[in-house]
This record gives sequence, C-alpha cells and structure tokens, in this order.
Amino acid sequence: MEQPRILTLSNITKRFASQEVLTAFSLAIEDGEFFTILGPSGCGKTTVLRLIAGFEQPDEGTLLLNGVDITRMPAEQRPVNTVFQSYALFPHMSVFDNVAFGLKMAGVGRQETADRVNEALAMVRLSDYAMRKPHQLSGGQKQRVAMARAIVNRPRVLLLDESLSALDHKLRQEMRIELKQLQRKLGITFVFVTHDQEEALSMSDRLMVMNLGQAQQVGTPREIYESPRNLFVAQFIGEINLFDAVIREKLDEYHYEAELLGEAKRIRCDRRLQPGDRVNVMLRPEDLRIHSLTDATVPRGFPGRVMERYYTGQTLNSLIMLENGQTVTAHEFFDEDDPDFDYSINEAVDVDWVAGWEHVIPVES
Amino acid sequence: MQFRRFSILLTLFWLGLFVLVPHLLVVLTSVMTPDSEHLAVWPVSGESWYRLREHLYLQVFWQSLWLSGITTLICLLVGYPFAFIIAKLPRLWRGVLLFLMIVPFWTNSLIRTYAIKLILGNKGLVNSLLLGLGIVDEPVQLLYTEFAVIFGLVYVLLPFMVLPLVSGFDKLDESLLEAARDLGAGFWQRFRLIILPLTMPGVIAGSLIVFLPAMGMFYVADLLGGAKNLLLGNIIKNQFLVVRNWPFGSAFSVALILIMALLMWLYFIANRRINRQGGLQDESL
Repeated sequence: MEQPRILTLSNITKRFASQEVLTAFSLAIEDGEFFTILGPSGCGKTTVLRLIAGFEQPDEGTLLLNGVDITRMPAEQRPVNTVFQSYALFPHMSVFDNVAFGLKMAGVGRQETADRVNEALAMVRLSDYAMRKPHQLSGGQKQRVAMARAIVNRPRVLLLDESLSALDHKLRQEMRIELKQLQRKLGITFVFVTHDQEEALSMSDRLMVMNLGQAQQVGTPREIYESPRNLFVAQFIGEINLFDAVIREKLDEYHYEAELLGEAKRIRCDRRLQPGDRVNVMLRPEDLRIHSLTDATVPRGFPGRVMERYYTGQTLNSLIMLENGQTVTAHEFFDEDDPDFDYSINEAVDVDWVAGWEHVIPVES
Repeated sequence: MQFRRFSILLTLFWLGLFVLVPHLLVVLTSVMTPDSEHLAVWPVSGESWYRLREHLYLQVFWQSLWLSGITTLICLLVGYPFAFIIAKLPRLWRGVLLFLMIVPFWTNSLIRTYAIKLILGNKGLVNSLLLGLGIVDEPVQLLYTEFAVIFGLVYVLLPFMVLPLVSGFDKLDESLLEAARDLGAGFWQRFRLIILPLTMPGVIAGSLIVFLPAMGMFYVADLLGGAKNLLLGNIIKNQFLVVRNWPFGSAFSVALILIMALLMWLYFIANRRINRQGGLQDESL
C-alpha cells in the first residue's frame, strides 16, 4: 500500500557562493515514518534539513509539504520544527518558557499553553525541571527540553539535526531508544540527520545515504546494509571487505563463475553480468569464516596469516593478510563450546565465507 | 610561583602608589580647611562637604546627570543598530568598520572638540551651508547650547558604546535566532524576546562607560557649552584652577567617584543576576 507523502523535495539545487552543495536533489518522505539522512560531513545533509526548515532557500526546485508548495514560505510560518544540534535553548528562559515559546508565538491561550507544556515535559520525563534554567541541566536533559520545545507545537514534520552527537556514548544509546519510542507514540514524521551509521540503522524506518550533494541510495536499514547499491554506500555503512573479481561464465539466472584471487569462485548476483565484466565482491567481516590450517576437515579457502587480533567483548576481530598482500577483517562470535577460541599472531589460517552471503556489484567505470 | 608572587606584588605596589595614594590624598584634602595662600590647611573641616548641598551645586549635579543621561541614550540609540550591523558583516568589512571607528582616536579629543566648534559656529560649516542654500536668513545659534554639548559628548563617546555592544552581539548565538524563527517568531518578536535580553550585558556595559566619563568631560562643556551648560567636571576644574578652593574641589571629586562606584556596583549586581539566570556565561553556548 502506498503511504501518503508528507514531504517532497523535487530537483533541488542549492549553491553557496559558486559552490553547488545540492544538485538536482529529490526526496520523498512518507507520513509518519522515521526517515534518516546519513552521510559524511559536508555531504549536504544539513543543507537539506535547513531547506526543509526554511533557513535556506533553494536556487532551483520545489518543496511540497502535505501537497502545499512551501518553497518560498518563511521559516516562522512552516508547520515544521527543528531540534538543533547545539539544542539552541534560550539561556535566559526557564525550561517551561523555552517549551512554551512556540505556543506563545502561535497565540495559544494561557491555560492551554500550560497544559500542553506540562504534557510535553511529562513526555520527556522532565516535569520536575520546569523552573530550571538551561545551564542547570545536563546534556541529556537539554536534549530532551529541545525535543519537548519542538513537539509541543505538534509539527507535521520534526527535523533533528545531529541531535544525539553531543551526548556521550551511553546516553546516546538510551536516547536512541527514547527517540524511537517518542516517534511511535506521537506519530509525527521524523527527519533525522546524522553521520553515525549505527544511529541511522537502529532508528530509521527508511534512510538515505548521501554523498557530495547527491542521494546514493534510499531504502530500509536492511536493504542498505545487505544490498548496498554502490561502493560508497558499502564502505560508508559498516566495515566491509572488498575483492576484485572478473566474471568468467554465467551458470544460471543468478549465479556466475568468477575469478577471484586467482581462483574460480561461484558467486551470486541479481544483476545481469557478461563474461569479462569486472565486479566487486563484498563481504561483511561477520560473514567471513576463519579456519586453522591444522584442521584437515574443512575445505580450503584463501590462505593467509593472522596479523592482529583483538577482543571486543562480543566478538573476536582478526586482521588477516592474504597471500596477495590484501588485508581482510573478520569478526567472529565466541563459541560456547570452545573457551580457548583464539588465534596467535602470524598463525597460518584459511579464509572462506558461507556461499551466497557475498554481495556483488559491477565496478563503476 | 616566585614570578607570580612578584608580578602580583609589583602590580599592587604600582596601583597603591599611583591610584590608591593619590585618591587618599584627594579624600584627605576634601576634609581640610580652604586657604587662599596654602590651598589647604588643617584643622579638619566638614565645610566643603556641607557646601555640596547648596542649591547651585545640586543644580549642576542634576544638569550633569541630564546631559550625561541624554548622551548615553543617544549613543545607545545610534550605537545599537550600528553594532548589530557590524556584528552581522563578513569578517573583513567588520574589521574595516571597527578600524575606521577607532581612527579618530589618533587625534586628541580636545582638538576634535575644537573642530566641532568650527563646524557649529556662527560662521561655521553648518551655518554657511544653511545660509548658502537660503534655508535660513541669519546664522542659527548652535554653538554654546545644550545641543552642542550633547553633540560633542556623543561624538567623543560613541565608540565606547559600540565596542561592548559589538562584543555582545558576537556572543549572541545565531542558532538561537534560528530556533526562535523555527518556533514561529517574526523579526520584532525575535528582537524583543531573544536579541534584546541577551545583549543586555553589552547595553549596560556600554551605557556605563559612556555615562560615567560624560559627567567629567569638562573641556567639551567649556568649549561647546559656554557658561550655562556645566558638567560636574567643570565645577571640579574651576575649584582647582580658578577659585583655588582645593578642599571643595576634592569633595566634589570624591562625590563623583562615589556616584561612579555606586553605578559600577549596580552593574556588577545586574551582571551577576543575568549570569545566574544562565546569560552569556552559559557553557552550552
């Protein structure tokens, strides 16, 4: 079923000075979804957010909000609110007055303002802090005040600009869950901008990966992680091992025989490939399997030596140099039955993966 | 550690010798008896302090407050938008404009005040222009009026208002204004609810360093105001140099210092309160 679109950006071009930050950029966000724009710093993701908020005007293209053209509508009139990266709480006002600001601007009555502010503060669990000043709050509390100040206005779309990046690691993980719960409860469309791929994958219904002012891929977290459309997406999301390969022969509809590190390998690819095509075979570190060479029962994969191994608590991560000099990373979960599971540096091993877990994309020319 | 102690002691010694001791001497002189031959002699006398209550001096005192107050207000009304514009300009332009504002300081303010005299005089630039254009038939009396004194004070003191205001606008976080816009505030609402309260420390600082010196700038009142428009500084100067009543001049000086101290104290109280409210010292900014 097609969801109604709350926000549509079509063919947006934005230049600062003479530099083009966004080029014919388009984006369609569905009503009620948690949509994340993910990309490295300078990719234009914050500009997209500022265009939606109305702080910037596009040089070309249009913005539609709920079917209404808002391209030239000033920021103060848009039914959109922002949670700023620096929170931007008004330092001279109490928490209550900060949250009430938008309602006062909208001319909401005294009693209704008080009720709605208290409701919003309760929602972010800050009811006891209403009379505090922002400088008396911790980072996480400021973050929640900024949330309350935005959601109290019941915007059609809530924009979040790197809103968790100023928090420490543990708080960030808590806020992730809180944010997601809040979004479900409110049913407001969230547009979240971040450079943190873990944040993007764990919170979003859908996300867009951006680079150099252009969308690289839009999809669910799972689609993005498991089937990256190009090399940039693959390398930006999570760790990845890349192997160059050349297609030799088509085996059936989805399977090909390819030459990989000098050996013939059977690979799976959904796209149409021709013999002679060069492809990237991509494998996540958790998809690789390492076998000690002393174990005679396993089939031979690619030989290599353990360069480095480190313990992360959940996994044992190993850096392995293959015979051609390429280094690959493998993450292995601990085996309950094998408490001594570990490798020694320089140990000769054999690297392989579960057939069909590889992701193949053609080399971009 | 040694060096630190040495620097502190040196500074204390310096301040003591050149600030504290002269001021104590002035306080001391103010309670001595006036003497035409020896300027001031013992025994201790409260006469000079008592005379401060005289109608004439109270009148000068109020006039001085009025002239300084009006000067401060005009500096604020002119300086506030000016500082706002400067703070919004690109780095280069802002540097150029601030530099241009400082340039007149390379000329002694006394000389600049003489220049104003030439401009405002009956045969001065303004009157020549007005006569030449046929707007007036006779020269307008500009010089030796209250207007001339206020004009001169504003001219000399305006930069002292602008500089603290610029630094106040600098500290104003742009994202706060965006947040206010985002929440539906139009320009005047942003100005009234965000910009003005957050630049208040700059307004107070600028007002103080315009208001306080304005009361003492006797040469501006002397050159531009004639005999009618007096500042506290004029009385003090006259007592020391013309009447040669040093104890009375001293009492007047100490009174002026006390007024300034009171205003400074009020400023610090206000500043502390603004800071406690999470003003510009807020670490989140």
